[in-house]
Amino acid sequence: MPVRLSFALASTMESVAEIEAIAEKLATDAGLDEDECFHVTMAVREAAINAVLHGNEYNPAKQVAVCFENTGKDLVFCVSDQGKGLGADFDPDSLPDPLAPENILRGAGRGIFIIRSFMDEVRFRQLHPGTELTLIKHLAPAGKRA
Amino acid sequence: MALTIASREVDGVAVLDLSGRITLGEGSVQLREAFRNLIGSGSKNILLNMGDVNYIDSSGLGELVSAFTTAKNQSASLKLLKLTKKVHDLLQLTKLYTVFDIYDDEAKAIASFK
Repeated sequence: MPVRLSFALASTMESVAEIEAIAEKLATDAGLDEDECFHVTMAVREAAINAVLHGNEYNPAKQVAVCFENTGKDLVFCVSDQGKGLGADFDPDSLPDPLAPENILRGAGRGIFIIRSFMDEVRFRQLHPGTELTLIKHLAPAGKRA
Repeated sequence: MALTIASREVDGVAVLDLSGRITLGEGSVQLREAFRNLIGSGSKNILLNMGDVNYIDSSGLGELVSAFTTAKNQSASLKLLKLTKKVHDLLQLTKLYTVFDIYDDEAKAIASFK
């Protein structure tokens, strides 16, 4: 039976921890193995941090909206903020490559890379205002899950 | 679980025994402060024992990198010891595995500073 949760939280690190915990439970309940659970949990955490820190800038007047769903075929995590947004022309492929030699020693800039490495699909959507990230993990057929 | 840090010295090498999560906020700040204290007190050989670090996020990775570059700029050496599988895999994914000197054995790590 599909599972769907949606809620909104304050722009705090406590909210990031809560989002992370719920994502971990959803991944575990979906039958993902330990590594896959870690990957999904970490990706969702990075998305939540982006929303709280970069999107909403810890502004107590802005919320992070989250929608998590197990469709039976996919785990879908939507995380959105109420910040300035990335712009209609935003292209994630245009972000600096953290693996490039000139960037490898940067202190930041690995979050989106980690999200895209650990999830099967990542979509960015400009909201008005804000940004929505959708992270999708395809689930193995029921008989093949751990 | 927050990050706990214990410090000791072995053969002139400052060892920070880390336990917990190196993440945005408390964990990253604690590591940064502990490292800066060592650099500020003149430590030139610093070994981070990561054997009990079970989680690191992108901010934590950034903190490790910042510590590495700060050490280098201060003519000091920063090395890593006993990466857990999760941390090891993240350092490989982000190619940071090629940046740091990483050891599984403390004695060998300590000897490498000489």
